[in-house]
Amino acid sequence: MKIVVLVKQVPDSGADRNLRSDDNTVDRASASNVINEMDEYAIEEALRLQEAHGGEVVILTVGPDRATESIRKALSMGPDSAVHVVDDALHGSCAVATSKVLAAAIAQQGADLVICGAESTDGRVQVLPHMIAERLGIAALTGARKLTVDGTSLTIERQTDEGYEVVTASTPALVSVWDTINDPRYPSFKGIMAAKKKPLQTLSLGDLGIAAGEVGFDGATSTVVEHSKRPPRQAGNKIDAGDDGGSKLVEYLASEKFV
Amino acid sequence: MLVVTTTRPLDLLDVDALHSEEELAIRAVVRRVVDDHVRPNVADWYERGQVPVRDLAKEFASVGLLGMHLTGYGCAGAGAVAYGLACLELEAGDSGVRSLVSVQGSLAMFAIWKYGSDDHKDRWLPGMAAGDLIGCFGLTEPDHGSDPGSMKTRARRDGDDWVLDGTKMWITNAPLADVAVIWARTEAGVNGFVVPMGTPGVTAREVKHKLSLRASCTGEIVLDGVRLPADALLPDAKGLKAPLSCLTEARYGIVWGALGAARDSLHTALDYAGAREQFGRPIAGFQLTQAKFADAAVELQKGYLLALHLGRRADAGVLKPEQVSVGKLNNVREALAIARQCRTILGANGISAEYPVMRHAANLETVLTYEGTSEIHQLVIGQKLTGLAAFG
Ligand SMILES: Cc1cc2nc3c(=O)[nH]c(=O)nc-3n(C[C@H](O)[C@H](O)[C@H](O)COP(=O)(O)OP(=O)(O)OC[C@H]3O[C@@H](n4cnc5c(N)ncnc54)[C@H](O)[C@@H]3O)c2cc1C
Repeated sequence: MKIVVLVKQVPDSGADRNLRSDDNTVDRASASNVINEMDEYAIEEALRLQEAHGGEVVILTVGPDRATESIRKALSMGPDSAVHVVDDALHGSCAVATSKVLAAAIAQQGADLVICGAESTDGRVQVLPHMIAERLGIAALTGARKLTVDGTSLTIERQTDEGYEVVTASTPALVSVWDTINDPRYPSFKGIMAAKKKPLQTLSLGDLGIAAGEVGFDGATSTVVEHSKRPPRQAGNKIDAGDDGGSKLVEYLASEKFV
Repeated sequence: MLVVTTTRPLDLLDVDALHSEEELAIRAVVRRVVDDHVRPNVADWYERGQVPVRDLAKEFASVGLLGMHLTGYGCAGAGAVAYGLACLELEAGDSGVRSLVSVQGSLAMFAIWKYGSDDHKDRWLPGMAAGDLIGCFGLTEPDHGSDPGSMKTRARRDGDDWVLDGTKMWITNAPLADVAVIWARTEAGVNGFVVPMGTPGVTAREVKHKLSLRASCTGEIVLDGVRLPADALLPDAKGLKAPLSCLTEARYGIVWGALGAARDSLHTALDYAGAREQFGRPIAGFQLTQAKFADAAVELQKGYLLALHLGRRADAGVLKPEQVSVGKLNNVREALAIARQCRTILGANGISAEYPVMRHAANLETVLTYEGTSEIHQLVIGQKLTGLAAFG
């Protein structure tokens, strides 16, 4: 089984993050960049499948030059090789265009299974997995908290607000995962040292048969026109411990999906 | 609102720029392991004087920390600088936790790796690298510390067998170890033996009531007519220079490790001083406090550059034992001074286990003493400078 794992480099969500003042895109140059957190769970899930069933794990990244740092980090966890799509024309791409690039690269790889995180911490749109599956004409098993593979048949538990749904499909398919699915391993020292020597293929848009005008600002279906900083936090709601204080508190917690 | 931009002490000189990407990646992993598995628990281990050595060893082994600078037998084969950075991050958690890794990798595993037979290596090293087997290193005795050459533990031949008698004291991990490398006097001088701790006649007892290195297990080993087969002898370890070469390995790790305890103390004090207000403003704004920080940061970085210099020499295969003495003497001494100074900045909170600073300071008292006391390293350096040995 050949598994392609989608890995995105994102600004560290624990540090200061900004949009660029000139073109309203995510400021990646000055940020401290890391692997999108959810993607580490996708890598871990792929490695576990490989350990159990054999096969090959390939990392696929679309991103600027410096995304190679994250690719090496991903490889240090254990995958076999990586593909990096890098092209200046990609700057400003919307999710729809990005899904086109990813789908083309996956098609070129010939994957049995695509695993990705359910969302990225910078865009948070959660639509890319569906878009890619649609473009490839394969099943989309999204939002998994558990994945089982039996030959060519896949079963996931899809996490919902109330509990979970069991969804099945057969390969080829795409699975997106939440951080409840596993406990990602640390890269080992041997893995870190081996990562340097693993094959990393760099592709341009031309290599994927995509014209520059189909992506980037020119091909974008949506554009950020303006942005401003989130206003400072307002004072919170105070619930008095009166007769109905308890039920008001529960109502609030339920409305915010804490309970 | 006041916007404060601060620089972490080790970023003052941008020392990260001196490292390879691989070294930084290894450091990042150790930092994560320490954040996840050591920091949340270590104050409690320290207070109770108990540490889950076997669980930690398994966790550390999973990334390749045990014997990481050795090659083959499941070891990671990382460079000396990477090993140093790992020691620094571990000791930023706790000196006792770093000791676990030092003793396993640099003392017990290194002795077998360097001086053992192929059988010894096959039998012990893979399990030790995997954290399934814990090793210890018995050189010090109750009456012979700085002067191990006068050790009383004896190994005598009986037919093909060896019979060991004696006592080893202050041995890290002895009470739970699976195997000990024991140094004993034979007719030929000092020799090393690989002793499974389950061998009849071997008993280990824990040293209690420690006021330092409490998150580390320390013990006494009594060897009472311990009969070992001929092949228990480390064939390539001849004379006292063999155990001393192991100590050089471990001391090298301490040169880096001590900086970790100092860095953590300094970070804690900086954060505290930024938030703590007296006389209507943060105590970090007082000149006397800033003098403490500046001096500590300068010493921390000098120590770092020294450690890195030694590390690069080690990676080039030209590091000399007396150079390690320079590093151990300076970095532990300065780390202790930094930890004590940082302790004062936390005031009363400085003596609380809520903060790591006093723990680091107390730990560094052990680090100052073991692996050659400061005085012994002064004598090593003094001998190099004058040509005169002043030990005895
Ligand atoms: C927590 C802990 C863990 C340890 N783990 C291990 C271990 O795993 N394996 C092991 O073998 N040992 C271990 N040790 C022992 C350690 O290496 C010794 O304590 C150390 O070598 C010093 O020996 P000593 O305590 O007998 O002190 P002594 O040698 O008695 O020294 C006492 C004082 O006299 C000074 N002194 C001695 N000789 C001279 C001299 N010629 N000139 C000037 N001053 C001198 C010393 O510097 C020191 O200040 C450990 C110790 C501790 C505290």
